[in-house]
Parts: sequence; C-alpha cells; structure tokens
Amino acid sequence: MPQTLEPLLRGHRFFAGLEPAHLSLLAGCAANEVFPADSFLFREGEPAQTFYLIREGKVALEIAAPGRGALVVQTLGEGEVAGFSWLIEPHRWEFDGRAVDRVRAVRMDGSCLRGKCEDDPRLGYELMRRFAGLTTERLQATRLQLLDVYGHARGH
Amino acid sequence: MRAVTDTQPREPRPVAPWIEPQSWQVTAVRLEAPGVVTLDLTPPGPFEFLPGQFNMLYQPGVGEVPISISSSPADSSHVLHTIRDVGPVTKALCALQPGDRVGVRGPYGTSWPVAAAEGGDLVVVAGGIGLPPLRPALYQVLSSRGRFGRVTVLYGARTPDDLLFADELSAWRGRFDMDVTVTVDAADSGWHGNVGVVPDLIKRAAFDPDATTALVVGPEIMIRFTVRALGAAGVTDDRVYVSMERNMQCAVAMCGHCQLGPFLVCRDGPVFSYRKLARWLGIREV
Amino acid sequence: MKARPPQSAGTGQAALPGPVVFQSDALDQLLDAIRRRGFRLVGPVIRDGAICYDDLGSATDLPEGWTDEQDAATYRLKQRDDDALFGYNVGPHSWKKYLFPPYARLSPQEPPPDQPFAFIGVRSCELTAIAIQDRVFLGGQRKDPHYEARRADAFIVAVNCGEAGGTCFCVSMDAGPRATQGFDIALTELLGDDDHRFLAEAGTVRGAEILTEVQTRPAGPADTGAASAATAHAVASMGRVMPELDLRALLEDNFDHPRWDDVAARCLTCGNCTMVCPTCFCFSVEDVSGLASSQAGGAPERHRSWDSCFTMDHSYVHGGPVRVSDRSRYRQWMTHKLATWIDQFGTSGCVGCGRCITWCPAGIDITEEVAAIAADS
Repeated sequence: MPQTLEPLLRGHRFFAGLEPAHLSLLAGCAANEVFPADSFLFREGEPAQTFYLIREGKVALEIAAPGRGALVVQTLGEGEVAGFSWLIEPHRWEFDGRAVDRVRAVRMDGSCLRGKCEDDPRLGYELMRRFAGLTTERLQATRLQLLDVYGHARGH
Repeated sequence: MRAVTDTQPREPRPVAPWIEPQSWQVTAVRLEAPGVVTLDLTPPGPFEFLPGQFNMLYQPGVGEVPISISSSPADSSHVLHTIRDVGPVTKALCALQPGDRVGVRGPYGTSWPVAAAEGGDLVVVAGGIGLPPLRPALYQVLSSRGRFGRVTVLYGARTPDDLLFADELSAWRGRFDMDVTVTVDAADSGWHGNVGVVPDLIKRAAFDPDATTALVVGPEIMIRFTVRALGAAGVTDDRVYVSMERNMQCAVAMCGHCQLGPFLVCRDGPVFSYRKLARWLGIREV
Repeated sequence: MKARPPQSAGTGQAALPGPVVFQSDALDQLLDAIRRRGFRLVGPVIRDGAICYDDLGSATDLPEGWTDEQDAATYRLKQRDDDALFGYNVGPHSWKKYLFPPYARLSPQEPPPDQPFAFIGVRSCELTAIAIQDRVFLGGQRKDPHYEARRADAFIVAVNCGEAGGTCFCVSMDAGPRATQGFDIALTELLGDDDHRFLAEAGTVRGAEILTEVQTRPAGPADTGAASAATAHAVASMGRVMPELDLRALLEDNFDHPRWDDVAARCLTCGNCTMVCPTCFCFSVEDVSGLASSQAGGAPERHRSWDSCFTMDHSYVHGGPVRVSDRSRYRQWMTHKLATWIDQFGTSGCVGCGRCITWCPAGIDITEEVAAIAADS
C-alpha cells in the first residue's frame, strides 16, 4: 500500500490548519513530482487544471516576448503555491513556470479538487479562503513592483 | 554624538563648519551600478563616526549634499561614500577621479542602535540605495559577532544590474553566521535569484520577533510595506529603526529645510525609531 | 506653552540703580552717549509710507507724532494729536534684518561689521523674538558666527508700548507688553500734560553707565504709576487674542483638519509672513562661480539668503518637493510657528507681534485660524 501524501500536505504552509478529514480528502487529489533544473512545470497558454505546492527549490514565473527574451515576474520558493488559473475560466496558464533549480512539488489535480469542493462546501470554503489570502498578497506585491520605488524619479 | 577613543583628545570643533569644509583626497572611485559611484575618501587627520551618520560633501561653485558614510567605522583612512547621480552636485561628485579633492564636513546625525541590539537577533532590510548607510552597522556587528543572535540581511533592488556591493553580499552569504537574501523587482531568466518585493522576504526569514531589532532603509513606500510585514511577523515598531531623507542643507539644525513635523532630520535623525515617526509618516505632505 | 525663553542669569540686576526720568528733549543726550561708545544707531524712521528700521542720526529722525493703524492686510500711517516719539507699534521690519541679514557671503568669509549695533526702540515682543532666534543660532550644538558677531555686542534700548496695535496679541503669547529682560535700557514714554518725559530703567551695568551721561532725576511714584498705567492700557487694547489652549497638542492632533483647505483657498503662498516675522529663520545656501561670482577670475563664492517654507524648493528631496500643495505649505508655516517649534527648540516661535496678519495680502489671521480649528476639533 503506497504511503498517502497526507504528511506532505500537512507539512505545507498553505494547508496549515486544515482538519485531518479534509487533508485526507485532498490527499486523494495529490501527486508527488520532481522537476529537474530548467524544466517547465507549466507553459503559458496550456490548459490549467493543476496547481503546485512547492516543497523544495525555486520556480520562476516567466513570460517571453520577442526582442525581450524571457522576463521573470516572480520567483516562488519553499512553502509557496504556484497556480490560480485552475480556479477561473478559461483555465489556461498565463505564465511559464520554470524550475530554476531542482524542484520538488506536490501537484494538486484541479478538477478532482473542484468535485470534492462541490460535495463538501466546508472544504470549498477553506480552500477559497486560502486562495483569497494568497491572491491578495500577490496583488500587494505586484502593486509594489509596479510602483517601481527604486526607479529614478521622472525628470532626472 | 561622536565616539571618542581613550587615547586621543577630542579635536575642537570648528565654529562654522559649513563655511570651511576640510579638503579630503579622493583615493579611489568605483562604479557600483549605472549612475551610482562609491568615493573612497581620505581625511587629512583623524576622523571618527558612528554607523548611520552622514557627511556633507562639497564641490566649490556647485554645492553641497548630505551623503551617508558607507564604510566600516574601524577604518578611518578610507571613508566610503556611495552616491547616486540625481542632480548637479551628485553629478559632479560622481565624475571625480583619484587625486581630486572634495570638501567634507561632518559627521552629523544620529546613529544605528547597534549596541542596544546586542543579545538579540538583527534583521537588516535595505532597498536600492538604502544598503550603503547600513553597511557600517553590519561591519560593526560582524566585528563583535558573538554578541548578537541571528543576523539576517534582506536586500532588494530594481534589477540585478542595480544591486550594490554584489561581491560583498555574496561573500556574506557564504558565511554560516549570516543569512543574506537578495531580490529584484524584475529580471530576465539569466538571473537565478529571487524576483519579488523585499517585504515578502520577511515572512520567510528566521528570527525571534520578541528579541529582534530591525534596521530599515529604502524608499518611503518600501519602508511602510516593510514595517507592516515586520509587524505581521511580530516585530513591534519600537524595535524598528529607519533612516529618513529630507532636504538637509546646513546639517546643523539652523536652516530649517529638513523639518519632518516636530523633527529636524539632521539633528534628530537621520536614524529614527519607527515608533516615534509612525504618526508623521501617515500624514501626507508633512 | 509660553513664548518667553528663560531669562539669562547673572546680569547683576540686583546691583543696578533704580529707574530714572529724563525729559523728552534729553533723548538726544542718550543717543549721543551711545554713539560716543562707537555704536551704529538704528531705529524707527518713516520710509515708503511705513515705519521701518534704518540708521538713526538723532531724535529728530524718529516718527514724532505718528502712529500706525493696523489690521488684517492693512497698514496706514496716521498723525497723532500729540508729539509722541514712539507712539506706534511694529512695522514690516524686525531686528533680524541686522542680526540675521537677508543676504550674507559665507565664503570667502565677510568681515564682521565695523561697528556694533545699538537698537533703539525695541518692543517687548521683539526682545522675545531676539531671544527665540538666539536659541536657533546660538543655542544648539553649533553657533552661527555671523549671528554671533552681530548679537554679541548689540546694545538694546527697549521701549514699553503704551498702546497696542490692531493686530497685536503679545499678551496671549506671554511676550509683552512690558520688557522684562534682554535690554540694556528700557524706556517708557510718558505724555502727561506739558510733561513729555521718559521713565528709564537700566537692565545692564553698561546701560546704567550710559544713563549717568543723561540729565535725569530719580523716578517718583507719579512716574512709575504713569508707566504702569501705560502698560495696563497696552494690555487692555490688544487688537487680537490667541486662544488660551495647548497649541502644540491642538495643532499636532489636527493635521488633517478641513480648515487647512479653507485657508489654502485664500493663501497666495507669497511668503510675506515669513519675511516680516521676527522669528522666521530659514535660509538657503547657494554656490556660485564664473560670472555670478564677484571674486577675481570668477572664483567660487557661497552666499546665504533668507528662504521661506512657502517656496516649492524648500522641501525638495530628489524626485520633487514633499510639500506640493498650498495647503501643506501654509500648514507647515503655521504648525511650525505655534507647535513644532516647541518640539525643536523648546519655546513657541510666535511672539504675538501681529506682523503676519498685517502684511498678509489676503488678510489671513493666525489667531482666527487657531480659533477655527479649536472650535471644531
């Protein structure tokens, strides 16, 4: 009998505080993955039905443009989560996710999760709450990046 | 407040220092990043300062600007000043070559509470040109490393090209008794480090919030976000110290330009306890 | 918080002789005695339709028989029906024009003035203002040598006001109307029927010495009584009142009060108030070279000149000024004058002289602004 991934989920910051019953439900949608350095976890435009709990290593969210090469908008590390697009239509990745070094992650199956949330709205609420917190944090950080606070002032 | 050694008598202060700056020699010049230069200046006589203090650097016929001292207080023959070219005086300073002379008067201002931080953890958070004024504090800490707990340095800049003192940061990161994390706002995929904002690094850092002193220097917006993140991590604002920037011209609490509410930044700062400042930073256009 | 800085110790006042009286036509004896000791006399004269401070030749240069009518944005000279020599209050000048001149060359350093100043006709509010500026320029960790050179030997003949002006409120700021410290001689002009005389008190040993060269008689109860009555009349005729409140707490707690928007709609940020105010001390330093320099070969010079917190440059940090809006700059001036000055220097910055009210083209009245904030905070 293969070991479930419950211990890994329980140890990840994102799922901190979830009841054991919910954790085992979620474990049913989880799979362990290892990405070698420079491989891609996901590519821009591809269908997004998963998200990743990063356990080790660093993932760069990148977007490429002609003449500009690949630009990194954020790096995510241990304890962080990559992927919101599984939550909202049209369920497509908006960025590339590249493993900067070797990455160990837990892959969560989005449609499996959505099904469990329909059946158990309490679980659904707990997940949405966590994702709302995450997106808010990400929004604040993005705004701070947009403000370009270190930039030279206009006119100089 | 200048530190005084036991063996040397204090030099009498000139009565009108801003009229007669001393002439110092430029010993070396280093380009740190586009538009940012470090001047290595040698004073004509003994010179002492505390971490966080600044000098007024003078170019005759052009003007004078306040520049934080960015070298170790233990080295009084190579006094470093890291300058960003943003106007006519800084432009002139950034164009200096070894052998040129600079008018210098100082040191002025309040200093980092390094001694008060002993016995606990230290978190140093710098953004952009904010790293130079913190370096003297870090040197002082490293010279008596055993008196401190965990020492964490979090540093952010706009892009990898804008990172200052990159070699030194790498060397510090290699030490087992220092945690150094660097991040940038934006980078291309040639950068293998973090991309993201400095405040977000705080929640990933390891320190004991009940026994931590935080030193923060950077743009005011970054300071406010950082203090919030420190607060969320349990560091109260009376343990957070910042270095503020205002229009310091005379540096001797007389010309009135550097006012920040009830404070004269040249005299009551530039290092402040955040708790003292907090209500004033929350009011616009003060 | 009271405006008056603490009195300086050790003037040996206990050893000074009591008050004396001299007739008004003996005033020149006093002025000559001072001049003989090498002082440059400056005092009130009529110029450009106002009573200004300028060099004083003799008592005939004083605005005899004139008074000033002052109100918000209003200053007029008017003839009196007597021949009082000091029958007015304060004009657009203050003594800072001599102690802290509007323009000075810092480098190459200017020589100190040839002659020390004798200020003739300094009001109590002005004595307080001088003491306030003393704290700024001499009281910190460093002293300003320019101010010190002019201040150190300055001889001060104070005059006690017998009548307050339309914009005066020195009583509210505990800065007058009677001079109590900081003078060499204090005069109170007494205009009895056919007995135009001065009560003179020595405040220093050198003041007492000079009085011995004037034809005087000891003051009697009628004289001191008349002087007290003059002071009482000045107290009763104050044109304005500053609300009796903890101004520091009131203003520091009300930086977001809507009244600031109200005053901003009227304020032109012209900076007149900062120029006429006897305590405003902001200055800027400019480096020039080439044609702008008066040195041989265009060698560099440093100048210092009066600055004002109303300018856009005043709060400049790289990127732009901190205080952009009119609202923020007016607020800076008023809260500094009445509140944060106390944090910075230990006293209020305001002496209740009323100049800022008189010389504001929009007629903004600092006492009215405080009352408006206090009424609704």
